[in-house]
Amino acid sequence: MFDASAFMQGRSGTDAAGAVHAQPVTEPNITARDVSVFYGQKRALHSVSLNIPGKAVTAFIGPSGCGKSTFLRCFNRMNDTIEGARVEGTIMIDGSDIYDPNLDVVELRARVGMVFQKPNPFPKSIYENVAYGPRIHGLTRSRADMDGIVEGSLRRAGLWEEVKDRLSESGTGLSGGQQQRLCIARAIAVGPDVILMDEPCSALDPIATAKIEELMDELRRNFTIVIVTHSMQQAARVSQRTAFFHLGNLVEEGPTEQIFTTPSDRRTQDYITGRFG
Amino acid sequence: MSAVTSDLPETRSSSAEKVRGSLARRHAAERRFKAIGMLAVILGLSFVAILFATVLRKGVPAFWQTTVTLPVHFDPAVVKVPPMPAPQAGQSPAAYQEELTAWRTMLAGANWGRLIENALLAELPPEAASRRRDVQRLVTSSERFRLRDMVERDPGIIGQTVTVTLLADANVDIWMKGNVDRSLSDAQLALNPEQRRYVDTLNEKGLMQQSFATALFLNVDSRASPASAGLAGAFVGSLFMMLIVIVLSVPIGVAAAIYLEEFAPKNRLTDLIEININNLAAVPSIVFGLLGAAVFINWIGLPLSAPLVGGLVLTLMTLPTIIITTRATLRAIPPSIRSAAVGLGASRVQTVAHHVLPLALPGILTGTIIGVAQALGETAPLLLIGMSAFVASVPATPLDQSTALPVQIYLWQGNELRNFFEGRTSAAIIVLLSLMIALNALAIFLRRRFERRW
Repeated sequence: MFDASAFMQGRSGTDAAGAVHAQPVTEPNITARDVSVFYGQKRALHSVSLNIPGKAVTAFIGPSGCGKSTFLRCFNRMNDTIEGARVEGTIMIDGSDIYDPNLDVVELRARVGMVFQKPNPFPKSIYENVAYGPRIHGLTRSRADMDGIVEGSLRRAGLWEEVKDRLSESGTGLSGGQQQRLCIARAIAVGPDVILMDEPCSALDPIATAKIEELMDELRRNFTIVIVTHSMQQAARVSQRTAFFHLGNLVEEGPTEQIFTTPSDRRTQDYITGRFG
Repeated sequence: MSAVTSDLPETRSSSAEKVRGSLARRHAAERRFKAIGMLAVILGLSFVAILFATVLRKGVPAFWQTTVTLPVHFDPAVVKVPPMPAPQAGQSPAAYQEELTAWRTMLAGANWGRLIENALLAELPPEAASRRRDVQRLVTSSERFRLRDMVERDPGIIGQTVTVTLLADANVDIWMKGNVDRSLSDAQLALNPEQRRYVDTLNEKGLMQQSFATALFLNVDSRASPASAGLAGAFVGSLFMMLIVIVLSVPIGVAAAIYLEEFAPKNRLTDLIEININNLAAVPSIVFGLLGAAVFINWIGLPLSAPLVGGLVLTLMTLPTIIITTRATLRAIPPSIRSAAVGLGASRVQTVAHHVLPLALPGILTGTIIGVAQALGETAPLLLIGMSAFVASVPATPLDQSTALPVQIYLWQGNELRNFFEGRTSAAIIVLLSLMIALNALAIFLRRRFERRW
């Protein structure tokens, strides 16, 4: 019927897969309780509660319009920028309520970085793209510090070797995959705890996608990563935990292997076997 | 299933036939549409071509004007002015200034016209001496002041003979350029038969020539001496107004557009504001003139005919244009750039200042320059705030009385000395159009220069 190994083979190395199970489950980094999102009168998310572990990749999967991106955008309050959007419930990141009226959303977004579906580098130089975040948050005092942050971030994003000789060239002149890694470097440069990725590979070719996936595997040592993806293979390859959404509801969540091999809900099974979606 | 499959070939062939049948009709419609479009373009272009051809044909000759080059003898018997006072030892500067002013007043009172008459008579047959009045009118009246200014600059030339190029009278210019039908009866011609003979005599002697009309650019408007009427006053008036428009409408318009587009909540109030701004752009300009007259002149008490008031009125007219184009430009900035900045923790002001505005700059510049160019050509509101008055001075400040380029065109167009002012009007139109084309070229240049691709 459904062969889970077909999905699992795609993982970026069996060692990584094995390591997931060896790793003790860390304290939840993000805790969402009864989160509902409304766009005007329309309810896009129905009372979702979910724990997202730290230093791991959590994937949100589900058919289009199921609320997974909406839920992701709650974690850095990007929904605030949408006219008429309203969020109910509580979301705690490292023990602090991010919807606390006293919390400064600018500070939150420095802690929770985001990578978007379409690579969106600023039409500025590669250097300026990475340096922008640290600069507005006042993270560095000297030019040398900034150079260090830019190089470090580009290295961690696996882009340094490709761009080190043309840092002053426009970030928009890079290839799609490079642009997306530049966006990841830009997010890392601010020193966040969490990186949200909203379908980061949907506009990329398979080779660029593979690079980003490798990078995610690398980054999860230091960051909590939440990724929304349309590709179930990608979720299976990169994530340790998977949450399946359908029609604004969280249907099921658990260790990725379990979701893909022995889903407990009928809808999950139908989705991952390609009956709908 | 099987029924559908068997039906298929037949359906296919019949639908192919239908497609073929409709093809001719569709292609014909396309050809018709293309022809109508091309006709519209050709029609529009030909109107522009006719306009330019007319203006250039009439205006370009007006950039050259008839002058008479004569040796003028600065006869001390005519001028009768004591030598220029020199500062004496022990004299206070104030007392010297007073003496100097008295000397200048004396200069102004001298009979400079007589010098020009004498110079002309020297070149004309002896009997002309009995027709001094006719001779005097061959040279435009303001040239007397030229001679006075020459003496004021260098009193040493009194007693000497200097060759001076003098502007001929407007009627002489018309006669020389053939802008009048020479076969008309004496009663219908501005120059009497003697004057016409004198002009021809001077011309035969090679004393008359067509010189570049610097008066057009350097002089102010003149009624007594139409040949020396120029655009300087109107030009400076327009310049003051444009500066006021730029200084006021750009910051206010761009700030309003940014607020409405990036910060204001979308609700009924902002919808209402948006509708009203769009409506303001369509308000006839003369209404803005009435508003300016009521608010700035009657209520606030600003002076009539002042470029300041004109600038304020034109600012009101330009604001909607700038707000609308700036908003359209801001809306065209991809939202992904805003998301990227906001996602990094940039505040809204930082997002706008660091990312949105730099990208919108070329569009804002274009909108601004087109708005300013529109204001430059606006006439109707200026008529209502008194800027259509005859002003024979260059405004030194925006509060002085002044006129503006388009208003000057309107005034000249209505001048009774038609044969002369038709050319002047077209020349002024060429100057105004050149300014507009320059502004639009600047807009295109800036857009190309600052445009960034992503």
